[in-house]
Amino acid sequence: MLIQLARRLVTALAAAVLVATPAFPPQAWAQDITGAGATFPAPIYSSWGEDYAKAGGSRLNYQALGSGAGVTQIINRTVDFGASDSPVAPERLEKEQLLQFPAVIGAVVVIVNVPGVDGTKIRLTGDLLGEIYVGRVRLWNDPKITMLNPTLKLPSIPISPAYRADSSGTTSIFTKYLSSVSPLFKERTGAGNSVAWRTGLGAPGNAGVAAAVKNIKGGIGYVEFAYAAENGMQALQLANGFGKFVTPTVPGFLEAAEQADWDNARNMAATMLNMPGDNSWPIVSATYILVPRNPKDPARTRSVLKYVDWAFRNGAPTADRLHYIMLPTAVQDRVRAQWATLASAGKPLWPPT
Amino acid sequence: MNTPATPAIGTRKIHPADTTFRLSLHAAGAIVVIVLLSILTIMFIGGKLAFDTFGLGFIWGTEWNPVTQVYGALPAITGTLVTAILALCIAWPIGFGIAFFLTETCPEKLRTPLGVAIELLAAVPSIVYGMWGFFVLAPFMSEYVQPWLTNTFLWIPPIGDSFFWFTAPPIGVGMLTAALILAVMILPFIAATTRDVLLSTPQLLKDGAYAMGATRWEALTGVVIPAVRGSLFGAVFLGLGRALGETMAVVFVIGNAIRMPDSLMAPSATIASVVANNFPEAEPGTLDLAVLLALGFILFVVSFGVLAVARLLLRQERMS
Repeated sequence: MLIQLARRLVTALAAAVLVATPAFPPQAWAQDITGAGATFPAPIYSSWGEDYAKAGGSRLNYQALGSGAGVTQIINRTVDFGASDSPVAPERLEKEQLLQFPAVIGAVVVIVNVPGVDGTKIRLTGDLLGEIYVGRVRLWNDPKITMLNPTLKLPSIPISPAYRADSSGTTSIFTKYLSSVSPLFKERTGAGNSVAWRTGLGAPGNAGVAAAVKNIKGGIGYVEFAYAAENGMQALQLANGFGKFVTPTVPGFLEAAEQADWDNARNMAATMLNMPGDNSWPIVSATYILVPRNPKDPARTRSVLKYVDWAFRNGAPTADRLHYIMLPTAVQDRVRAQWATLASAGKPLWPPT
Repeated sequence: MNTPATPAIGTRKIHPADTTFRLSLHAAGAIVVIVLLSILTIMFIGGKLAFDTFGLGFIWGTEWNPVTQVYGALPAITGTLVTAILALCIAWPIGFGIAFFLTETCPEKLRTPLGVAIELLAAVPSIVYGMWGFFVLAPFMSEYVQPWLTNTFLWIPPIGDSFFWFTAPPIGVGMLTAALILAVMILPFIAATTRDVLLSTPQLLKDGAYAMGATRWEALTGVVIPAVRGSLFGAVFLGLGRALGETMAVVFVIGNAIRMPDSLMAPSATIASVVANNFPEAEPGTLDLAVLLALGFILFVVSFGVLAVARLLLRQERMS
């Protein structure tokens, strides 16, 4: 958060310097791809950028300023692409002349700290999770929880829900999921990057939520899968669209992405929440990239597309290492089909000639 | 100018450098005022949308809901005032004790090292206090302090059916933990200022008291405190001003819950923590950003009021 503030200042200063020196910028700058936005995909975008540059492509300069700032910057055309965890509404895309497409998939998992109980064995439904997060279900041995977990010895201690104190795309995905499966949560809290939590405590960042859950007996919290996997945290099982209890796994995320209704998704923003399937994890979402439909410099937009295309084809090993999930290949082809609708002076930007 | 008519020395002219120097001094003074006023103005203009939308109800609205776009500042104002005042209640007696010890009863050899140690507390970055509070103090609070407080003070009757003093789930973070961290952070300011105030007590007065057979306690309460009472309050208000605006340490330990607290140990939020948490994602031109700037404006006014009172008290002392 502080880092974001600092980065924002640095970017502002850098922008000021750029404006102040209209003279010839070094050759390298002209070829760099600049992007700004969501913090969630920042590690994978940057790593792909390094790999891409090594493979002879343009260099990427990505500023993780937050989704809101990413959308603002691409609307102002101060970057080559913007990145946002939540899809931008179709009307706004139309008005601002933007093309939106998914780039990579992330999942949110639920971590717990219940003394004497293996967290990975605990099973909850989305509806129950919603009741926990509005403070309706307050104890770990509430009959509603023990009914789902007859074999576990759940203690009579309060449930302490932890949430993100900072405005965050992770919160947006999590609250969208809870609102879609729990009418009570939808009515009392609703969905957004930051919401009015009715109970529990807020901690800054994924690391803060994870530490809060670790510190507090009876704690429960939500973090990005990548964060949980890298820190070896135990995540509980949730019921998916089939009512099957599933453990969060990469194949489960992919299955959810494949189940999504891409045919009817306006602007490629298909929901992947609470999908049916034997292994589909219920809290999966794509993160999006935005490029201008009327680029001032078509070559720069084309280099963004070339970078993403390269990542789609060669980025899987890096994604695995960083615990991100690649788009299913069928979806990648749909994304490329969208690129083909971009044109400048009557000439299509994709495929590159 | 009274130019002396002694041509032997040469005609006294005002050197251009003098004028430049004088003007630059004026400018330096003016910059402070201009910066202060422009910050206040910008905050108010930026936050005007919030005041226009909610009127004065913004200040005592209890609902903070980004989803429905209803914003009331009272939870954040309450959290700010309660943590700052609690911190003061903890830090003031200790700070005063340290100051009196350093000026009156401390062996001469220990005075400087102890004084330096206190001042070093002030040099610890606030993020370090925050992390220490989150990883060390909060678990300790939830394991030992909070259960004990809950069991010991069960007899205090709640205020209505919404505020239960010390009855809360022991989660470690909350207003009380934040107040403890703030107390440690403002302690050096209170101790150092109080020490300076006590040192300014005329030695003659103290010697007189001791000569009449007064004990240390009698000299303190009967002579020293009455002599410097106003300045002592000034020291306290300086500490309060710092506690009101502290951000990073508080974000870690307050629990970041923007709702009316139901106990002193409940998670809450302060104006500064709300702004820090939500500013990076607040887009220009939206109500979200306007309410944050309006909150900043309120904090500015509160802090300014506190400092003004402190100055007033300190000045009264010097004049009397």
